[in-house]
Amino acid sequence: MRFRDYRRKFVNIVMLSLTGVCALVSVSILFFVLGYLLVHGWKALSWDFFIKLPAPVGESGGGMGNAIIGSAKLLLIALLSGVPVGLIAGVYLAEFSGKAVGFTVRYVADLLNGVPSIVMGIFIYTVVVLPMHHFSALAGGLALGAMLVPIVLRSTEDFLRGVPSSLREAALALGASRWRAIATVVIPAAGRGITTGILLALARVAGETAPLLFTSFQSQYWSQGFNQPTASLPVMIYTYAISPYENWHRQAWAAGFILLMLVLIANIGARLLLSRRASPARG
Amino acid sequence: MEDIAESGVVIGARGPEQGVDQPEKTPAKSIAKVSVGGLNFFYGPRQVLFDISLEIPEGKITALIGPSGCGKSTFLRTLNRMNETVPNTRAEGSVLLDGENIFDMDVVQLRRRVGMVFQKSNPFPKSIFENVAYGLRVNGLVRGVTMAEVVEKSLRRAALWDEVKDQLHKSAYALSGGQQQRLCIARALAIDPEVLLLDEPCSALDPIATAKIEDLLLDLVSTCTIVIVTHNMQQAARVADHTGFFLLGKLIEFNRTDVIFKKPARKETEDYITGRFG
Repeated sequence: MRFRDYRRKFVNIVMLSLTGVCALVSVSILFFVLGYLLVHGWKALSWDFFIKLPAPVGESGGGMGNAIIGSAKLLLIALLSGVPVGLIAGVYLAEFSGKAVGFTVRYVADLLNGVPSIVMGIFIYTVVVLPMHHFSALAGGLALGAMLVPIVLRSTEDFLRGVPSSLREAALALGASRWRAIATVVIPAAGRGITTGILLALARVAGETAPLLFTSFQSQYWSQGFNQPTASLPVMIYTYAISPYENWHRQAWAAGFILLMLVLIANIGARLLLSRRASPARG
Repeated sequence: MEDIAESGVVIGARGPEQGVDQPEKTPAKSIAKVSVGGLNFFYGPRQVLFDISLEIPEGKITALIGPSGCGKSTFLRTLNRMNETVPNTRAEGSVLLDGENIFDMDVVQLRRRVGMVFQKSNPFPKSIFENVAYGLRVNGLVRGVTMAEVVEKSLRRAALWDEVKDQLHKSAYALSGGQQQRLCIARALAIDPEVLLLDEPCSALDPIATAKIEDLLLDLVSTCTIVIVTHNMQQAARVADHTGFFLLGKLIEFNRTDVIFKKPARKETEDYITGRFG
């Protein structure tokens, strides 16, 4: 064989290996992260971690119970504020809007989706925290809710568009009004998909830290109601990770592990939910 | 709004002319359930129906035949204003249901009286029971025990009861294609329509399922007026009392089925029926 043939084979092997290695690296990052979190955080993982307040500096033990509850509260507010807006706007886009309005709303939603989360935090700081004069779980939840809107909107629209128009016609032909047909036939037919979209969106914002830094802020105590600053897992990870204490570092790793597991479970749950859709969905 | 005003004018203009046309188009005995006068229909700038006038007799089966794209489905979908769900469409002319212009009626009221079965069976992703009960629920017609009775009666009328009575709460998607289509008929019958429109209901079915639906139509016609669009000329010949032949958006000929098939008045009809084109 001539030199050119060797060179060609060599380049071929190098490029093939490169693509393979890059593919392997992309999937292994997740497992590296999981393993790393577990190795460093497992010592801090105990029942106490889930139910106790953070221990004062210098004392060992303690947990992140307040941050877990805090994150749950924030997600609840996000769910209640962001999901209805995104959902109903998605219905509008898929079912009612004309071409020009639809294009504009869709485009703006995509832009909104690309807004850096810290900018969303500043925005909520300005319109909620400043007028209220204090940080609160409410403000943090609204910041996350604002981030949910474009994600939920787009996924809802996509799944509604996937519902065959023959189902809409069937409902209308039976004397259903337009909104009735949408509420009782179209949305239920897309129900699993829409739920999946909401779950994935929640999982996505559950790990957001930046919008919470100056909205829900943080707290070393159990937060009462929704009108006070509250601890949350992402902010706790941030605070603990930059602290100089070994014990806190371990807890930050553990918190990271818990957060990642929650996101993974939500993701896998969403995929399962969606794959079950395969049976009844038919032309 | 403009359409309604326009059609209003047209009714007045059409009235007497129709009276003159009528005797030669429909046999004198039957009473018109739906009376269409000077109907034009547009998809955007494109006109797809041209000056259609016909009288659909009450308590009979009327078949509409013609090659693909001749406008017969569009015409059928005008009768319950289903075309209005498509943007940029426009109807001109009059369609009278028992003498009342359907374009002036509340569309929900109209569709309650004029039911429709589509080409492709389209049951809801719900149980068999809920499929049939849907029309009753959205129209707030009956509740409770009566609901179950009406569902049973509708399934019986659609000749499906014996096959599904033990699985009413299973998904409608578990049924075969022919059963699904009969379920769609039962669903339409549940709200007791005066007119039932069927848009090529057997085009996706095998001959046995088709025969069941044809038998069913012959039974149903004693209780409601049926209009069926079909590609299948044998089907029209088997079930219909009257047949209309559409070509390129025009109604070429409308008469008793035996006349259309044995002694068509127009050459186009004869060519189509004898298979010279289409």
